[in-house]
Amino acid sequence: MADVNRGNRPLSPHLQVYRPQLTSITSILTRITGNALIIGALLTVWWFLAAAAGPEYFALVDGIVTSFIGDLVMLGSLWALWYHALGGVRHLIWDTGRGLEIETAEKLGWAVIIGSVLLTVLTVIVI
Amino acid sequence: MRFLTDRKRAEGLGAAKSGTEHFWNMTVSSVGLLVLVPLFIFTFGPMLGEPHEAVIAYFARPFPAIVAALTLLVGFMHFKNGVQVLIEDYAGGLTRKVLIICMICLSYAAAATGLFAIARIAL
Repeated sequence: MADVNRGNRPLSPHLQVYRPQLTSITSILTRITGNALIIGALLTVWWFLAAAAGPEYFALVDGIVTSFIGDLVMLGSLWALWYHALGGVRHLIWDTGRGLEIETAEKLGWAVIIGSVLLTVLTVIVI
Repeated sequence: MRFLTDRKRAEGLGAAKSGTEHFWNMTVSSVGLLVLVPLFIFTFGPMLGEPHEAVIAYFARPFPAIVAALTLLVGFMHFKNGVQVLIEDYAGGLTRKVLIICMICLSYAAAATGLFAIARIAL
């Protein structure tokens, strides 16, 4: 009996053992935005499927996606997309071994937050 | 005489089962999406709320159709691997396996549906 507890081991501690910091909050947001994008992504797939199905069904789905709540979800997804993209760039930078000093990491964190908001506003203006 | 090296004999027998493929897949897909996502936002975005004929005509053009298809394909594969890490962090045992399998199925189903829809519009 090498491992009696198989499948029921304790998980490593996370959120509850840390004091919130800019670096941790921005990291958690990268995860939340990335995974929450499934909602916007599925809505997008539904929209494409409706467009392929025909005008009546498209009118229904397009109406839902561009309704007030739909707009809110798509706007949130747009920000999440930019945030996750910038967060991903930060990870690509970190993966090269650069920017891991606390000061630089915090600067990158602010860049991700401010950059994502700016890009979202810019996108809304352009589109 | 065995020609296997010690390393080759040990490979795949650890708890992790495999090496850095997951990390590398995430790196490659993230770089790909860095190019695709802005293109997708500015091609798909303006079409939201447009009349049906305009949408069909637009996505019948090669560039918007290819960008949309690639973004959905690479995006859902990136999600499949990303959500796996999320599940592995917060769930264990059978729950973990069931959730990962469900998310893999969802990712492929969504990607296939999106590709089918775009192909039907474009062709």
